[in-house]
Order: sequence, then structure tokens, then C-alpha cells
Amino acid sequence: MINGISINYYLLLSTVLFIIGAIGVMARRNSIIIFMCIELMLNAVNLLLVAFSTLHHDASGQVFVFFIMAVAAAEVAVGLAILSMIYRNVKSIDTNLLSNLKN
Amino acid sequence: MKGLLIISGLGVLAMLAEIFKFKKLLLPIVLLGIVVAYALNFMEWTHDYSISYFTNMIAFDRMGIAFSGIILATAFFWFILANDYFEEDSNVVDHFALVLFALVGALMLTAFTNMTTLFLGIEIMSIPLYVLAASQKKDIRSNEAGFKYLIMGSFASGFLLFGIALIYGASGSFDLAQITSYITTHASGMPMFFYVGVIMILVAMCFKVSAAPFHFWAPDVYEGSPTLITALMSTVVKTAAFAAIMRLFLVGFSGVSEVWTGVLAGIIALSLIIANFSAAMQTNVKRMLAYSSISHAAFMLMVVLANIRNNISVDAILYYSLAYSIGSIAAFGVVYNVTKNGNENLNAFNGLAKRNPGMALCMTIAMLSLAGIPVTSGFFAKYFVFTTMIGTSHKWLLILAVITSAVGAYYYLKVIIAMYFKKLDTPEPVQIERSNMMVITLTSVIVIAIGIVPGIIAEIFRF
Repeated sequence: MINGISINYYLLLSTVLFIIGAIGVMARRNSIIIFMCIELMLNAVNLLLVAFSTLHHDASGQVFVFFIMAVAAAEVAVGLAILSMIYRNVKSIDTNLLSNLKN
Repeated sequence: MKGLLIISGLGVLAMLAEIFKFKKLLLPIVLLGIVVAYALNFMEWTHDYSISYFTNMIAFDRMGIAFSGIILATAFFWFILANDYFEEDSNVVDHFALVLFALVGALMLTAFTNMTTLFLGIEIMSIPLYVLAASQKKDIRSNEAGFKYLIMGSFASGFLLFGIALIYGASGSFDLAQITSYITTHASGMPMFFYVGVIMILVAMCFKVSAAPFHFWAPDVYEGSPTLITALMSTVVKTAAFAAIMRLFLVGFSGVSEVWTGVLAGIIALSLIIANFSAAMQTNVKRMLAYSSISHAAFMLMVVLANIRNNISVDAILYYSLAYSIGSIAAFGVVYNVTKNGNENLNAFNGLAKRNPGMALCMTIAMLSLAGIPVTSGFFAKYFVFTTMIGTSHKWLLILAVITSAVGAYYYLKVIIAMYFKKLDTPEPVQIERSNMMVITLTSVIVIAIGIVPGIIAEIFRF
């Protein structure tokens, strides 16, 4: 129980957010939206970690959230750099155009 | 631990090389640094206990040291192989720094004792590799490889993190030892989401080692990346990820093995079938080697499956990692030199026996080793895996592995046939730099040597 709300609700909310993110990564074709969906997945995890951290009265969960935020920032920085490189070469960020490697 | 610190220091030093103008000296410095790191790494072997650092975040026990040794040895050969790749690029130092930082992540993965270091190790290893995969800026195929690797890598990290969060929620700790003791003390009363967390971590790790059905990114990424970066991915990254899997599932989650062994057996069976049959149909050599690496991932996962509840004997997986890494370095060294003109199809190897007999011989040894033909180390690697599997309840996997290995031999032999029996109208000799030839020859000799005396590795790495 955190402030009278059962931990199951936090678990449910972050699971739903995580699934929305995961479906977004698989279904969407716009690269920027894909990045947003990955961020959504990571933030669902952050929410869950903070909830559990409060439940256990243990700060290490919240420290872990800082690590996730820092790494997510690094990942998106690299991702956007690659994306701008792709845009320079094909003038688009639609992932349908990224099929030069044969299946 | 000292090895890890030295490699980190080398990475920082590499970034300074541009400013202080010692670019030319960088390669010798890095090679020397890796040798020193290797030596210091094994000096910690004499301890009978592992010393933990950073308030129990990382601890180099003998398993960690042995895996670090394999990674550093592979990296040493890789850097010699890559010397001319670095020269043609103006941003040499950035490449050096990125590879070295990826190595730091790999070494962290061999020795983590906390979920935080597991996550950071994976990310420190992966993020430089995303950049390296996309490093040929003008080549859209390289960009695409980097992009796909990044999306799939972050997707897998998401699963890993969700799994870690669920396990933290149940056990209240990120520490691997505390999670293990939580499993033993709460054997009957663990919440459902703990098991979900374990399975999610398994899925994420299978993404990282590209085991089927989470392998679909690997052929594209391996094909699109520069050949040497592909070599790095299929050796160093694989070994590190397996070290992590060994520690996670054999040390951490062995108490709940009934939950994940079934899933793992399914993943192995799928990987064996999909990888070997797809590889047989490939015409692009790098794609073929990508599928081959998926099938080798399945073999290494079999060791994890076989070792539950036994005394953890990591000899088999250490030997397999070593044989596979060294054999792959030799194979990729030849592929890199043969495909320099841009033709990556199998027919690029036509008549290589005439055009450069030495290279053809080394490639033959590497292919025979990857296929698991006797006398080469690949045979004993597979043999050790099979012997550990016999004692388990998953004997059907053993039969499947033998059948699919036979299919595997077919596509490795295709390369050998192309080199020795296909004729070219105008055979022009293939040029190769002396240092490259040295690495390829040396790795081929090692492949044969540890195949002739396979006991030596088990003897050295006796715990």
C-alpha cells in the first residue's frame, strides 16, 4: 500500500504503459515515434521502480531510475545522430525505406 | 578489476590522442595496454575468493577472470587486424575510443554482482557499437544497420529493465546474492510477477545473443556493418553476453530453474533449426556468418541448460567461447580482406586457393572449426557441449543439435568448395597486409593447437 493505493494498480499502470510502448515500436513506421515509444517503455519501468522503492522504503530503486534516465538520454542522442545521417542520405525518416539489406 | 580500469584509461587516452598529436603511436599503446590488462587480470587468479569493488557492485571471481581473458585476447587480435581499417578513416581516435569503451562494458558483464552493473555493462557495451555499426556515414546500408541495432538493442533493454524492476519489486534488492537468498528463503511464496521478471530478463538476454526467435535483427546488422565491426559483434559481444547469462541464470536464478528451462529449451531448438537452414540458403558471406553465429549461440545456451543443479562446470562454455571467438577472428580476417572490393557474395571466394593459398588454407581451418570437424577446436567444443547434455532430461535437443550440425557442415563446406574447386577466368592475386596475415595465421594455428590438446584449457581454467 502506498498512500492507500494498492501496489497492484501501479503494477497494472506501468504494464499497460510498457505494452503500449512495445506495440508502438513494432507497429509504427515513423522513426521519431519509435524513439518516443522506446522512451515510453523505459518510463514505464521508471514508474514501477519508484513505486516499488516507496513500497520497500529503499532508496536504491530511485537511484536506479537515475541510471535509466542517463542511459536513455545517451541512447536517444546516438539514435537521433544516426537518424539525421539517414535523413541526409535518403531525405526521409520512414522506416519502410530502410530495406536495403535483403531479408 | 585492474584490467577493467586500464581499458577505461586507454579509452580516455585514445580520445586525447588527437589533441596531443600521438595518433601514430596509439595502436602500439593500445596493444601494450591490452597485454598489461591481460596480465593484471590473471594476477587476480591466485585469490581463492573474489574481491568485490564499489560496495559490492562488481566482483572478479575466477569465472569472470577467465571470460575477461578470452575477451581481452580476442580484442588484442582484433586491434592488429583492424590497423589498416583505422588508417583510412580520418576519425581514427574516435573509433579507438569507442571500441575500447565497448570492451569496458564487456568486461563489466563478466563480473557484475548487481543488477545495476548488469544494466550499465550492457549499455556501455552496446551504445558504442550502435555508433560503430553506423560508422560509414555515406553508406545507407551501414546507417540502416546502426539504426536497426539501436532500435532492437533499446527494445531489449526495455525488457531487461522491466524484468529487473519486477524482481526488485519482489525481492527488494538489486544485489544478485540477495536475490538468490530471497529465492531460497521464499521458495513457495513468491509473487507471480517475480517469475515474469525472470522470463523477461531471459528474453532480453536472448535478444542480445541473437537467439531465435529474437534473432531477426542480427543478419541485417551483421551484413550492413563494416566487416571488422561485425567481427567484434560476433566475438566480444557474444562472449560477454554469455558470461552474463551464465552468472544470471546459473548463479542467480538457478533456484527457479523450473520456470525458465522449458523456455530456454524451446529457444535453443528454434535457434538450431532456423539458423542452420537459413544459413544454408544465404549467398552473402557476412549474412551466412550471422546465421552461423546464431547457431553457435544455441550451442552455448545448451551449456547453460545442462549445468543447472550440477556443480557449475564452466569449462565447456569457456572452451566453446574461446574456440568460437578465435575461429571467428580468423574467418572474419579473411572475409575482410577478400571482400575489400565490395563484393560480399560467396563467389568472391572463387579460386582463392590459386589467388592466395595461405589465406585459403586459414579460411579452410576456420570453416572446419566452425563446422565442428575433428582435429580443429570446434569439434571438441561441440563434443564437450554434447557430453554435458547427455546427463540432462533434454536429450532430444542433443539429437536435434547433431542433425542440424550436419546441415551446418554443408554451408561451411560451400565456402571451401568455392575456394578450391571453382575456377576464375582471370585469377588476380588477393593482396593482404603482413600484420593481417600474421593474425590470421596465428589464430588458425591456435584453433588447431587447442584442438589437438583440448585438455589444456580445462586444465588452465580449473576452478
